[in-house]
Amino acid sequence: MKKIALTAEAGNDSAPPLGLAPQSGGQRRVSAGGDTAFRWLTFTCSMLVPLVMLAIGADLITSSLPALKKFGVGFLFSEDWNPVTESFGAASSIFGTLVSTLIAMVIAVPLSLAIALFLVELAPPKVSRTVGTMIELLAAIPSIIYGMWGLFVFAPFMANYVQPLLGKGLGFLPLFQGPPLGIGMLTAGIILAFMVLPFISAITRDVFQLVPAVVKESAFGMGATTWEVTYKVTVPYGLVGIIGAVFLGLGRALGETMAVTFVIGNAHRIATSLFSPGNTIASTLANEFSEATEPMYISSLVALGLVLYLITYLVQVVSQTLLRRMYRAWSVGL
Amino acid sequence: MKRRPSTGRRAVNLLVTIWAAGSALIGIGILFWIIFVVVSRGLGAVNLPFFTQLPTPPGVLGGGLINAIAGTMVLTCAATLLAVPLGLFAGVYLAEFSEDSKLADFSRFSANVLMGMPSIIVGVFAYTLIVVPLGHFSGYAGALALGILMLPVVTRTTEDMLRLVPNTLRESALALGAPRWKVTLAIVFRAAKSGLITGVLLAVARVSGETAPLLFTALNSPYWFHSLGEPTPNLTVTIFNYAMSPYPDWQQKAWGASLLITAGVLVITLLARFTLREKKL
Amino acid sequence: MMEHVHRQPDMPSYFETLGPRPKISVRNLNFFYGDHQALFDNQLDIAEQKVTAIIGPSGCGKSTHLRIYNRIFELYPEYRATGEVFLDGQNVLDPAQDLMELRRRMGMVFQRPIPFPLTVFENVSFGLRQHYRLNRSEMADRVEAALKGAALWEEVKDRLHRPGTSLSGGQQQRLCIARAIVVEPEVLLMDEPCSAIDPVATMKIEELIKELKSRYTIVIVTHNMQQAQRVSDFTAFFYQGRIIDFGATADIFSKYSLLEEVPAKEQLDALLAQERPDARSLS
Repeated sequence: MKKIALTAEAGNDSAPPLGLAPQSGGQRRVSAGGDTAFRWLTFTCSMLVPLVMLAIGADLITSSLPALKKFGVGFLFSEDWNPVTESFGAASSIFGTLVSTLIAMVIAVPLSLAIALFLVELAPPKVSRTVGTMIELLAAIPSIIYGMWGLFVFAPFMANYVQPLLGKGLGFLPLFQGPPLGIGMLTAGIILAFMVLPFISAITRDVFQLVPAVVKESAFGMGATTWEVTYKVTVPYGLVGIIGAVFLGLGRALGETMAVTFVIGNAHRIATSLFSPGNTIASTLANEFSEATEPMYISSLVALGLVLYLITYLVQVVSQTLLRRMYRAWSVGL
Repeated sequence: MKRRPSTGRRAVNLLVTIWAAGSALIGIGILFWIIFVVVSRGLGAVNLPFFTQLPTPPGVLGGGLINAIAGTMVLTCAATLLAVPLGLFAGVYLAEFSEDSKLADFSRFSANVLMGMPSIIVGVFAYTLIVVPLGHFSGYAGALALGILMLPVVTRTTEDMLRLVPNTLRESALALGAPRWKVTLAIVFRAAKSGLITGVLLAVARVSGETAPLLFTALNSPYWFHSLGEPTPNLTVTIFNYAMSPYPDWQQKAWGASLLITAGVLVITLLARFTLREKKL
Repeated sequence: MMEHVHRQPDMPSYFETLGPRPKISVRNLNFFYGDHQALFDNQLDIAEQKVTAIIGPSGCGKSTHLRIYNRIFELYPEYRATGEVFLDGQNVLDPAQDLMELRRRMGMVFQRPIPFPLTVFENVSFGLRQHYRLNRSEMADRVEAALKGAALWEEVKDRLHRPGTSLSGGQQQRLCIARAIVVEPEVLLMDEPCSAIDPVATMKIEELIKELKSRYTIVIVTHNMQQAQRVSDFTAFFYQGRIIDFGATADIFSKYSLLEEVPAKEQLDALLAQERPDARSLS
């Protein structure tokens, strides 16, 4: 219904009219019922994200069913990986994923906490900002670049310097026996540590900054050193958040693909030495998926993917819950 | 009264300070080491033919990666076109209309989970969704995988940036009789513009360096491509293939491509950060 | 003279004896934020083309009350209003009411000047675009007229395409006034329009209000007693979500000696008890 524009107030002669006679071309617009449509459109879009997440899970399950049916639960524990006889098992991949991630976390967590401490408590603001940006750039470097650097530069470095040293000094442990190939589980773990470091340190940094200043100040006022305030006050206060950050890093390490693929050696076996090659779920998928043609081969690979999806999902749930709890407790938006 | 800590405790503090500074140095050191390696090894490969010629057959020297460069740009654009509108609207819902609902919380939770999902799993998903029915690898599958990776990032940053816009701005626009959708698109978006752009840039930076999701979706190709319906050449998978090959010339090109990718990603990331920082001032 | 406090709708209204029908009539208005009640049984008449000031201590519901007139509170789902607010005899709280048109007729100026992230020109023309289809020259004419009406034209006529935020605080507030009047409202709702700007700019806006009242009905919420006394014809006195008195400004101000001293809490509580014998004052 086209409404007619208002005329100037008829009885309003005590003041000059506002401007022009509004009825010239003052055609009224239809008021929008577009708002309901807009709400629905945006709602639908926001539901796409959970839909995709669930769809990925559902898809992985359906595509891996043939393999799961054939191998059953034994799939998780079998070290076999033979495309020719079509005998597949996830054990070596799961083992490699867990071990490389463990190495990464053992190295990255202390480093990340130390860096967060440095940035928040020890460095002057300008230094903190610059160094902080540089650490964050570590996260921006693509995985494949880590892989290139890892394969062509870091692995030889490991082979020529680090591994011989470790072999000499700690060679009595089965962990450090075997030829210093450079590529292998240890190298992959170390590179993973550097990739995961910026994530853990960024969140830990937030956590440290969120601890109320009054709490820290009262500790300082009693004569505590910076380190003492940190481990006695800041860390316990923010422990939930720090653990959440660690789990976040854990999740990333579990799923890292290209860097690991370059340096882990792609061997389907479980070995005791960290110097030996192995594989992770992600590296196996990267190396073999495009080559796989037989349905059972593909289905087994997808089954590997399903295992990774589930592990990652679980880790994410834990991380999210912890971080949310921390942010909510401190009334900060997530 | 503040007591001076004992010598022993001060020594511990000093050690910790050294350890903390040392850790930061290690982090920076690795960053510079990587950049140095990429630049020094890649610079030699990046010449004019690199940007203008197609790859030569294996073992034959010369040629370039123009198809891969174009392919990466097209795939990234396609992914952006897919993810950005959806992500923007999703973020709008979460910021403007969600009113504490459980569904909205689940959406946010899913976005976080999806962001932590290994990108290769997303590749598997795109494979089963597009490559299998079509019967061949295609750029569409690759763009879909990349788009899925971008979607949660854009959604989250959009929501965060829109929440920063004060409610009084919305009220003043509504008080003039504007419908809610217009208030959001014409006014609130404009107010949050630099933040929204930052979000998009960061998402683009993230996916332009991705390899895993393309490995068995877009695959790779040594030829020019005519549409996204076929295997699409791209820089990242090229790096993977060339690096694993026995040809020194190809390995050299892999470094050149690495340099290109690294430079692109770092530049976009820094650009995004500075856009945001300027807005905050 | 003491009888002009409204209690029930069927009492003779102040205006029935003195002038035309009120522009706005508030009847039995209650307002809730979740479970918490913020406004209690408000009854009020707003005279046409006069300035009505709403005064009272902070937090007593003045702004809340004003923000019901154009239903801007509906942006927040936990807010709820019951009762009626009649604009020219039509209840604006009726869900069937055309909200866009209502808001065109009731312009609002907020406490903090908040120009849109657009140019000066676009700030003013935004409202026009929502309600009218105009060509460029018509648009330009209307924008100019609105800016003149807000006493801002001379200062910005060469800067129409600069960002709205490049103006000073007082100018921004006048820009917001221009933005509100360009769509030719009948009522101007002003929520403490001068509290965030300097005294000189405040003076300019007060002069503007005196000019504007010849064209618009103005309702102004203010915590500045002198300002209320300077610019308004009628005053409504709010306390703890209730209107405890209403009348001609001169009467109200002399009755409570508002310019000499702030009314004591005991005095206000006594008035409140008068108004609502069952209400306890919140200490």
